Amino acid sequence: MIAIPAAVDVAALKDTTLLNMGIFGLFVAVTMVIVFRASRNNKTAADYYAAGRSFTGSQNGTAIAGDYLSAASFLGITGAIAINGYDGFMYSIGFLVAWLVALLLVAELLRNTGKFTMADVLSFRLKQRPVRIAAAISTLAVCFFYLLAQMAGAGSLISLLLGISDWGGQALVIIVVGALMIMYVLIGGMKGTTWVQIIKAMLLIAGAAVMTLWVLAIYGFNLSALLGGAVETANNPAVLNPGLQYGKSDTSKLDFMSLGLALVLGTAALPHVLMRFYTVPTAKEARKSVVWSIWLIGLFYLFTLVLGYGAAALVGADTIKSAPGGVNSAAPLLAFHLGGPLLLGFISAVAFATILAVVAGLTITAAASFAHDIYANVIAKGKADAATEVRVARRTVVVIGILAILGGIFANGQNVAFLVALAFAVAASANLPTIIYSLFWRKFTTQGAVWSMYGGLASAILLIVFSPVVSGAKTSMIPGANFALFPLSNPGIVSIPLAFFLGWLGTTLDKKKEDPAKQAEMEVRSLTGIGAEKAVDH
Amino acid sequence: MGHDAHTPDAAASVDFEQVQSTGQFQELRKRHRSFVFPMAVAFLLWYFAYVLLADYAVGFMSTKVWGNINVGLILGLLQFISTFAITGWYVHYSNRKLDPIASEIRQEIEGHEFDKDGNRVGGANK
Repeated sequence: MIAIPAAVDVAALKDTTLLNMGIFGLFVAVTMVIVFRASRNNKTAADYYAAGRSFTGSQNGTAIAGDYLSAASFLGITGAIAINGYDGFMYSIGFLVAWLVALLLVAELLRNTGKFTMADVLSFRLKQRPVRIAAAISTLAVCFFYLLAQMAGAGSLISLLLGISDWGGQALVIIVVGALMIMYVLIGGMKGTTWVQIIKAMLLIAGAAVMTLWVLAIYGFNLSALLGGAVETANNPAVLNPGLQYGKSDTSKLDFMSLGLALVLGTAALPHVLMRFYTVPTAKEARKSVVWSIWLIGLFYLFTLVLGYGAAALVGADTIKSAPGGVNSAAPLLAFHLGGPLLLGFISAVAFATILAVVAGLTITAAASFAHDIYANVIAKGKADAATEVRVARRTVVVIGILAILGGIFANGQNVAFLVALAFAVAASANLPTIIYSLFWRKFTTQGAVWSMYGGLASAILLIVFSPVVSGAKTSMIPGANFALFPLSNPGIVSIPLAFFLGWLGTTLDKKKEDPAKQAEMEVRSLTGIGAEKAVDH
Repeated sequence: MGHDAHTPDAAASVDFEQVQSTGQFQELRKRHRSFVFPMAVAFLLWYFAYVLLADYAVGFMSTKVWGNINVGLILGLLQFISTFAITGWYVHYSNRKLDPIASEIRQEIEGHEFDKDGNRVGGANK
């Protein structure tokens, strides 16, 4: 058994910059060609937002995995396991089990009742204007949090790979990444974005598989020996037990519950994941996509367990923490330890591609929500033609791209998985209660939807603002100030039940009843697929 | 060349309340809910039991079972296995119990909405 890991010379990483850039450049070139070819048929709104509903279940499932396995999953979870041991594994489990909510309760019913966005479903049998606006605002908020997390990951990765630790240099690279993303989405629309996700998902899973087998091979394919190695390097047997990060106090234990709740209920309410269900022709294909993505995502998270403990054993938590990019650098450092500059180059190019693809997916979702829900249905009152709507969407892409670049420049080195967990909490609070109620509760009304969405969104965001994430701790975004009135860093345990309660309360107190014919239509459509949008034939 | 969002909707003139009240639809609804609701409750309970154990029963979760592999790791991996199993079970159930009845209802309704040349008829999509 290998007991003493060879030290990873972080300074030597700079020498591999050119190689990294080369591999990344190759990925960009290949995907650009594909995006150009895919974009030839982008003519209508259904083409631009939903890729003409022409993807198969397995293609879409791979793309969902590509969308979902963000930098948070790869860099964040590997880093969390490498440093906090078992508590990091918790993210993997929550992120995976959450897919059952999507599979059983949401995916197919949503595919049958909507067209482009989450708001299509939520406003189906309620009053269009207030519900659409609320759904669009929460979509934009969730996308913003998620974008922030991805851009923070980009910053970490860049500082590690290019050895750029000065602010200006990092900012320049983030601008380049952002500009590339804008091009993908502008040119390729949903079809181009989907192909980027598919390619990236395959590269990411293949890369993680190679590293996993490599790590296991070092320990003779004996998981117990690998865990022993992690204990030995960390000099702390507690890395194998729960509680290293969250077991310190009663507050942190409650925080762990809150995180667990947000993780499992957030996925089925993420607007960019929901939008992917519209890229397939039928509900049956939507089901197939979820099944594919559950297998791919589950497999990948099993890899992260090995990679995380592998990084803990072979690289060591202290080296990881002190490297540029901090906790997010565990996976790249492990790659360097295993395969030298070439594997590091490949893995970092894949991680860059991951960020690029996820940011593109988020951007197209936010743009579709703004153009379709706010512009076409609220400002133009449904009178805008599809061409104008797509034009508005393209302009929104540029605006969101610039916001993402700015957010990325100012995002700090917090763990990416942790930032993403906040986006999950916001999504689970603002969207999930209304999605569930409007699909399954006959009496649900507009007032209930509006109360639940705004109440969930506002409480989640306010609790984050007044939490230790923003102020009052060493790791806060504003370390100097202290206005942390709320002790937990994840708001889910308060804001999610509150949003469910508000949905119920708003409905019960609502004197107006919704149209029973609309309820009947939604229920029949959602279960049978009658009149659902079919594939666009070119 | 593709159609845009305003494709004529085959179902626009259907009386959905009437469809909703048919025995066939009620059966579909019952079969769907009697599977997904208990299953959702079951996996959420099992997941939260696991989170609570990891949070408040650290001693139990740290019990070594085989080499360095402890109860916590085994329960965590069982979460993966149960997720895969429920996924497979649901697909099997929908293929046998939900899809046939849903497509029957769909054909019955959309069938009436095609004219004799096989073109879809019906009002504009809302």
